Amino acid sequence: MADSASHSHSMSHVAHHFADSEQQAESSKMGMWIFLLTEVLFFGGLFCAYVIFRAWKPDMFYEAHKTLSMSMGATNTVVLIVSSVTMALAIRAMQLGDKIKTLAYLWSTMALAGVFLVIKYFEYAHKFHVGQLPGQFYTYTGVEGTNPHVFFSVYFAMTGLHGIHVIAGMIAIGWLIWRTQKNHFNANYYTPIEMTGLYWHLVDLIWIFLFPLFYLIH
Amino acid sequence: MSMVMPKMNYLAEPKGLWSWIVTYDHKRIGLLYLAAITLFFAIAGFLAILIRTELLYPGQDIMDANTYNQVFTLHGAIMIFLFIIPSIPAALGNFVLPLMIGAKDVAFPKLNLASWYIYVFGSIFAIYSILASAVDTGWTFYTPYSTTTGTAVISMTLGAFILGFSSIFTGINFIVTVHKMRAPGMTWYKLPLMIWALYATALIQVMATPVLAITLLLLVLERWLGVGIFDPALGGDPVLYQHFFWFYSHPAVYIMILPALGIISELIATFSHKKIFGYKFIAYSSLAIAFTSFLVWAHHMFTSGQSELAAMIFSFITFFVGVPTGIKIFNWLLTMYKAQIDLRTPMVYALSFIFLFTIGGLTGIFLGALSVDIHLHDTYFIVAHFHYVMMGGTVIAFLGGLHFWWPKMFGKLYNETAGRIGAAIIFVGFNMTFLPQFVLGSQGMPRRYWTYVDAYQPLHAFSSYGSFILGLGFILVFVYLMHSLIWGRQAPKNIWGSLTMEWETTSPPHPHNFEEDKVLQHGPYDYDKVLIDRDEALTDYGYDTTTGEPGEHRESVAKE
Repeated sequence: MADSASHSHSMSHVAHHFADSEQQAESSKMGMWIFLLTEVLFFGGLFCAYVIFRAWKPDMFYEAHKTLSMSMGATNTVVLIVSSVTMALAIRAMQLGDKIKTLAYLWSTMALAGVFLVIKYFEYAHKFHVGQLPGQFYTYTGVEGTNPHVFFSVYFAMTGLHGIHVIAGMIAIGWLIWRTQKNHFNANYYTPIEMTGLYWHLVDLIWIFLFPLFYLIH
Repeated sequence: MSMVMPKMNYLAEPKGLWSWIVTYDHKRIGLLYLAAITLFFAIAGFLAILIRTELLYPGQDIMDANTYNQVFTLHGAIMIFLFIIPSIPAALGNFVLPLMIGAKDVAFPKLNLASWYIYVFGSIFAIYSILASAVDTGWTFYTPYSTTTGTAVISMTLGAFILGFSSIFTGINFIVTVHKMRAPGMTWYKLPLMIWALYATALIQVMATPVLAITLLLLVLERWLGVGIFDPALGGDPVLYQHFFWFYSHPAVYIMILPALGIISELIATFSHKKIFGYKFIAYSSLAIAFTSFLVWAHHMFTSGQSELAAMIFSFITFFVGVPTGIKIFNWLLTMYKAQIDLRTPMVYALSFIFLFTIGGLTGIFLGALSVDIHLHDTYFIVAHFHYVMMGGTVIAFLGGLHFWWPKMFGKLYNETAGRIGAAIIFVGFNMTFLPQFVLGSQGMPRRYWTYVDAYQPLHAFSSYGSFILGLGFILVFVYLMHSLIWGRQAPKNIWGSLTMEWETTSPPHPHNFEEDKVLQHGPYDYDKVLIDRDEALTDYGYDTTTGEPGEHRESVAKE
């Protein structure tokens, strides 16, 4: 270990198996993009299920989508887009070495993610209350067409999985806040903020597809 | 000349059990995988022997129908998810990939260790399902049966779901490592063909596994909440499940076979001591197989009720898989043509592979033909076909690779004679087990049945006896490999006289792989340009340098 320690002490964040900081950052970035690809394919299965069931029962999907609150969905869309902006600003602030601003933007992103989940909670709570539940738990009677519970199965599977990703993102942002506090980042090294940013934009992007697919059918 | 184990090697440094548990070293992680998959191979192999014992005679021999369903499900699920998928990429690949490209480690060592722990975690779920209530759905978990059976399908599928992440992490690691960590001078066309194969495998792991993950997650939701996406009683579509499942699981077949093809390329070139024929064709055929694998999934579903047009298109595309595969086989044969072939144990496995894999591949073409498949679907013909590909292909190549890199991994040499005998027993036992199954299948013996009509008895018995021989072969291999760890002779740097980079370091390698930063000196197959001191490699082991056979002075070398 002695030899690797001697030539890397000036760049303490570079692991022993990388030649330099650039190789490490490039590798992280590529790894993250591939991970995002797996996320897209993961959701891809659900989008595929959505397309098939909607193609089979377009009328039922249209009727069922009316039960969703368009204003809540639209608000959430705006909230997530703004959170993507604050995330990007956090990266920019750390590129300039501004710790205070970075923290402020990270906390804003965290807060917006919280707002998204609170709104989602009210939407879910209402659906639970009136029985618009997935599959066999479905008791609502106000939607015409065959098997309306399938719409809610797909709805809950997709938005639920997205919600889990939002929570995972909040955990990652919390970790970034902690590390920023501890002065782990500087203008030369901010890879984890950038990577979490990429992930957060993807979470945002998935919602941007979910919103029209569920709320804006016509 | 006598050799001693290099003091600074990854097996010895750092010391202690804890240093293995938290290791980020790709070589140690490779060994952790190797230990785990060996355990699961033994378990699933034992289950296979139970299956064949039950099938010795019609009717109940050692288990009832229900137990039989559970045993073959566990055999399949363990072999596929816990053994074959991680076997070559995660165990051997982890060990050799950074060494072959002159890197100090994979790009993300922590992720690499995480993938092993996730694998262990997933396998605990699988074992729990075995102990709790053995799953009886077959490894494919087809709905609607899998959503209604009373067995522990949820924990089994969650296990497979978790194992998928382990596979994805390995895939991400390999892709980034190949892109970013190559030694200076190692361009893409200087990469060993094993690396091309692992790269193509990693692409499939990354692109197909997430679809399996969501499928299994939906299956869990289906059982747990009754969401009705796959359940026809609730308005869902069971054929959708099959599409989802095979969208992953057909490419997954290539996760299993592509790295095997990579190993064979290395073995053929090394033991022919000749520049490999058609390097670029072999390299691109790996990518072509990976690409085609995503377009053929529905050939598993010809009898599922999908549209005839779809079946025809999928049948047609399926034939294309044969083209890149054929390219590889012809290139290997041409590499061996007029070469001085060194018939060591790994090469015996390589030749065995070409024979068995060709049978497996060609019978795959039969099955891809729509009309033939209607007759052969769900018969023993399928069983024989995929065992020829998975076992005659992947397992034989895995053993070839294991014997090839064993001296590098442990710095020890196994007994060459025992190695060749083991390879021969496995070859004979394998063919005895599975050749009769082609005949049984074409005569209509359905798969997954615990009993059969009397007419099939002689062939079934022959197959069962073959499987016992096969089992003995594996036990022999295990015994002499373990023996070599303690009593084996110290291996030199480059025992086979190979030109790939992993042979330029000590055996076993330095904890950081190489003592110095690597720069590429020559291509991996430049046997026509580079004069390798094969004699030194051979005399190190006490081989006769003219015949390549163990010579008379071998014993005297050992005593020094």
